[in-house]
Order: sequence, then structure tokens, then C-alpha cells
Amino acid sequence: MSQKRMIVFLSVLCILSCVNAVFASSEQFKGMIYDPGTLIPVDSKTTLKVGMTAPDFTLPSISGKRVTLSEYRGKKNVVISFVPAAWTPVCSDQWPGYNITKSFFEKYDAVLLGITVDNIPTLFAWTEEMGNLWFPVLSDFYPHGAVAEKYGVLRSNGVSERALFVIDKKGIIRSIDVHDINKRPPFEDLVTELEKLE
Amino acid sequence: MRRIAILFIALCVCIFIAGRLSYAADTTPAKGEVFPDITLPVPEKDSEKEYLGLTGKGTFRISQVKADLLIIEIFSMYCPYCQREAPIVNDLYQAINKNTGLKEKIRMIGIGAGNTAFEIDIFRNQYSIPFPLFADDSFTVHKKVGEVRTPHFFVLKMNTDGSNKLIYSKVGTIQEANQFLKLLLDEAGLK
Repeated sequence: MSQKRMIVFLSVLCILSCVNAVFASSEQFKGMIYDPGTLIPVDSKTTLKVGMTAPDFTLPSISGKRVTLSEYRGKKNVVISFVPAAWTPVCSDQWPGYNITKSFFEKYDAVLLGITVDNIPTLFAWTEEMGNLWFPVLSDFYPHGAVAEKYGVLRSNGVSERALFVIDKKGIIRSIDVHDINKRPPFEDLVTELEKLE
Repeated sequence: MRRIAILFIALCVCIFIAGRLSYAADTTPAKGEVFPDITLPVPEKDSEKEYLGLTGKGTFRISQVKADLLIIEIFSMYCPYCQREAPIVNDLYQAINKNTGLKEKIRMIGIGAGNTAFEIDIFRNQYSIPFPLFADDSFTVHKKVGEVRTPHFFVLKMNTDGSNKLIYSKVGTIQEANQFLKLLLDEAGLK
């Protein structure tokens, strides 16, 4: 192993050794959560940039409807929340919070679309534990992770990043937050981006 | 270089194992034990300061709260169980407040594990929470109380010397406000 590679290897090992994933598990999910431990914070590199047109997609949702991004063009701002996987700690601790923030999305004339690479039955069972989510939950299961890949947020192990995209009514990407997968994005950061749409 | 690398890897492995072991160990204070004398920021609102018997600015220790019993809920805005529990916890506050004999003796606070001040404001507004809530965005308190699941309720019997003893420490629902209050009064020997 070259000296340079050794330094990179040791640095990654050191980070993974010292950092623990941070979350507070809800009693709601007791005994149901698979903890993958601390992961590499970001394992992809999106080519999308603020100012570009958001790639269009159509995905099935747990309600049975198919949702197409471009249908919101000219009508609503859109927030896309990619979360890595159902039944994992931080993901199970993100969307339930969004369930009590509907008024913020309404204030900024935005809809929220939740996406994971899980299949519909899995997403249905998982989100049932969260209560009635007010926003569409979409499955990017087949072809596997195709939308996550289009957005440049598909990790090497087949799950997506924890990422938030804010898209305006013209279909233009206004903000991208590919977040550390081990941490939940503070909600106020998203609100700050929504405020800029006005 | 190779020797340094091996030592470094061994050190990392030790840190990792120690970290996982400390995570796995149940360090949650149980009934009969002492709740750690955590530090929180003095609330900005005068009404909340008055409720807790505090003055000034900066931080306070929970041993400074003027009460015979202190109920602490560790919650999260992101926890669906806590969301469902919020009206029951509000009922508990009202049940205490309605009772003139208890009103000055029992205090309630909530600590939002991993929640920012902005996020606890969302929770406060959504459920009209009448008692003080504190952000614990760095998980400092959450770690001190054994990284409990949410919601977790701790009830401290406060002694005049600043010490305390837990008369209740459980995760999950308190079921029903009046029954829960009766349970606490029986445990604490309060009337």
C-alpha cells in the first residue's frame, strides 16, 4: 500500500471509529429498527446543480397513485426528501417530524414528496407506524434506484443518500442538501431555503 | 511506517469497541436512583422563569428548580409516539394546575432529544404545550440519561439539600393523566 493510500485508509478508519450515528429512537419503533451503524457520510456525487432543471420522473406511491414531478410545474414548489431506507434509525426519525410541519409547506406553496428505494409493501408498513403521513410517499424500487441515480444520490450499496431538493414552480432546482446520512437535517435549514422562493 | 500504522489501527479498533460498549450499556437512571444534575438554559420567557422559580440569565441546574416533584419528559418532535402522547401530557399539566394544593409543588419540563430550538417551537405550537421545553440538539442530556427511547418520563422527588431521587423512570405512555398523577403522589407521599 502506498503512503498516500495508507493515509486515506487510516483517516476513513479514524472517522468511522470516532463518530457514532446520532438519533433518538421513538418507542413507536421498538424492536423494529435495523441499525446499520455509522456509515460513510456521503457516498455519491451528484452532477445536478442549483439552477438546473430538475429531472422529471414518475413513481408509484403507497396510495396507489403514480406521481409525476412535472405535474406540479406552474402550480406548486416541490420539496423532494430522499431517505436511505425504511426501518432504519435516522430515517424513521425524519418523516414523522415532517408530519407536523404541513403548515410550513403550505405557507411556501410547496408540496413534499418522500422517496426511498424500498418497495411499496415495505413503505406501507413502515409509514403506518408513523401515523397518517399527509404527503405522498414514493417507491423508487424498480428499476432499482433509477430516480435516485438521476438525481446523483444513489449510494454504492443501492440505497439513496439522505437528501433534500427544493424545486420551484418552473421546475428549477433551487437548493440541494445531500446531508450526512448519519444525521437528520435540521428543519429550519429547509425553511430557510423555502423562504428564498418568495 | 508499518509499525505506526498497526498501532494506529489498534487504537481505532479500541476506540470503536469502547464506543459501542458504552452505547450498549444501559445507563438510564432507574426508579430509586439519582437523576443527573443536568444544566439547561434559563428560559427567556418571564412566565417560564417564574414557573421554575428561576431568575437571571445563562444556565441553571435542575436542582435549582423550586418544586417538590419535577416531571421531565424526554421527547422529540420527530417521534410519532410523542406526538400522540402530547395531549395526555397536557392533561397532566392541567390536572396538576387545577389542584391548588399541588399547583406550587409539581413542575414539568420537556427536553427535545436532538431537536433544535426551532424544532421544539414547532412541537410547542402544534400541541399548545403549556410547560417549558428545552432543545437538546447536541444530544448532551440524551447521552447523560442513557440515550433513552422517546418519550421517556423521569419524575424526581426534590430534596431541600439539592439532591433528588427518582420515583418514576419509564419509557412510553403515561396512559391517563389523573391515574398517573395519583401514582406519583402515592410514590412521593404527597397529598
